[in-house]
Amino acid sequence: MLLNVGPSHPAMHGIVRIAAEIDGETIIQSEVEIGYLHRAFEKSAEQSGYLQVIPYTDRLNYVSPLINNVGYCLAVEKLFDLDITERAKYIRVIMSELSRITDHQTCIGASAMELGAFTAFLYLIKARESIYRLIEQVTGARLTISYTRVGGVKADLPPEWIQECRKVLKEIREVHKEVDQLLTKNRIFVDRMIGTGILRKEDAISYGISGPFLRSTGIDFDVRRASPYLIYDRLDFDIPVGENGDNYDRYLCRLEEMEQSIRMVEQAMEQMPSGPVLLDTEGKVIEAAKLVDEAKMGRIQELGKMRAKVDPTLEGAHKQEYATIQAPNKSAVLPPKEATYTSIEGLMNHFKMIMDGHGIRPPKGEAYFAVEGANGELGFYVISDGTGTPYRVRVRPPCFVIMAALPLLINGGSMADIIPTFGSVNMIGGELDR
Amino acid sequence: MPGLHETLKQKFPDAVIETHAQHGDETAVVTREALLEIFQFLKNDPAADMNVLMDLTAVDGLKMQWEPRFEVVYHFYSMNKNHRLRIKVRIDGKDAVVPSATPLWAIANWFEREVWDMFGIRFDGHPDLKRILMYEEFAGHPLRKDYPYNKRQPLIGPKN
Repeated sequence: MLLNVGPSHPAMHGIVRIAAEIDGETIIQSEVEIGYLHRAFEKSAEQSGYLQVIPYTDRLNYVSPLINNVGYCLAVEKLFDLDITERAKYIRVIMSELSRITDHQTCIGASAMELGAFTAFLYLIKARESIYRLIEQVTGARLTISYTRVGGVKADLPPEWIQECRKVLKEIREVHKEVDQLLTKNRIFVDRMIGTGILRKEDAISYGISGPFLRSTGIDFDVRRASPYLIYDRLDFDIPVGENGDNYDRYLCRLEEMEQSIRMVEQAMEQMPSGPVLLDTEGKVIEAAKLVDEAKMGRIQELGKMRAKVDPTLEGAHKQEYATIQAPNKSAVLPPKEATYTSIEGLMNHFKMIMDGHGIRPPKGEAYFAVEGANGELGFYVISDGTGTPYRVRVRPPCFVIMAALPLLINGGSMADIIPTFGSVNMIGGELDR
Repeated sequence: MPGLHETLKQKFPDAVIETHAQHGDETAVVTREALLEIFQFLKNDPAADMNVLMDLTAVDGLKMQWEPRFEVVYHFYSMNKNHRLRIKVRIDGKDAVVPSATPLWAIANWFEREVWDMFGIRFDGHPDLKRILMYEEFAGHPLRKDYPYNKRQPLIGPKN
């Protein structure tokens, strides 16, 4: 019998269709059909400036958008041969790892919920919410964060944020422990997970699978270790590997990876060079809007020495913070707002980078940069023709390759096994269909 | 130690048209005729040992006046040796056919379907070359540079 599962099916997470040929409860043959969420990411990226692609990348893997931001900016910086500042590197790593935790929490929570473990889902989503709050404090948004910039990040971490982050990490550690106790030895959960959706090592390699999915088969490939970017070579972390490549091993890998990510965030916060000390002496800090008004009136003599009071989540960074989070490269990085409003050089610099037909222009060439996304290697292949618009932006989506291998995992199993297997794929439509 | 692209150039002097290592990405442009032979070599040679096809995509050079028009780009990675290599093959718009890599790397199946869907490049020997992201009724190949960005092709209801 031919059975059609999805695309509108609660277990298909909305947008995937599996056409399965079944004999009783057993799947003999299956075919996966994707593309229901195709939004022309690559085509859109060819129409806009380099900086305008960053908001599009938020929407690729919308459960861990910061990693996409970082990956794209690193690819463009590779075109520029641009080295960013130390503090910006640490901030990027901290934000990426927080994103990885939210991604794994969603994956574990959602797949446990589909097997009936609703409590674990609620616990994890609540914990995820506290990380989202942290992310919101830094970026100004929970999901569509657009936080990194070519050459650095938009704004520095807010004051007191690190203490709060430590507190949250402590809390979510407790939650992970609770979830571990709820699920890892739970008879119902274990029976559905062990021995289902088995992926062999050879198949995983032939399909180019990476991330927790590959590691569950016993191969310890991790981009953060194999070709360390940013400051990952300075952090001490373990790569958890599984043995059997089944759903249970993938669950355990993800659970342990969250712990490793917490460790990485803690170390990064420890090692991070300190930011500028914000001193307000002699009242030289004025409201950004007031600075703009004054500048419009042409009264810029004294303004040049002032600092604008900007909201880090909306407007970006102070002049003083700017030097620590943005690379000193005038052809890639926007000047601080104070310079834009009070000096002709700053204004010209800003104009050249923002106006249509100008924009930041990496030298002609091509670059491929891979980061470790939450589902595996996330690669950006960017080609520049020397103009302000990328000639081609290609994303190598990690869950695309896993979806290609999905028939291998479900063929021969029972219909009910599709649910845990598909849950462990952590299929994210935005990234799969682009 | 010479890069892998240099080794490839020595091994296949006629087939490798061009090499460079821009930004540290070792790249070799090869001829279409020798493509499968080079793939075999990359996969089976113990020094190359490219067991993973990380990415496969194409670039339409219409706006940069490339001659020939298309480039199909392969990104390889070796898990055991931890090195990467980019292979490119240039093909003309009128004769846009490339031998399929599916027998060597299973993932090439879906990547090639995507390239066919987006660029209209055919892969010779592919088991089931059909659209993957767009729907069957879609006309044209959207990532070609001459496909207008604003063109809409609404698909409303089944055509009976």
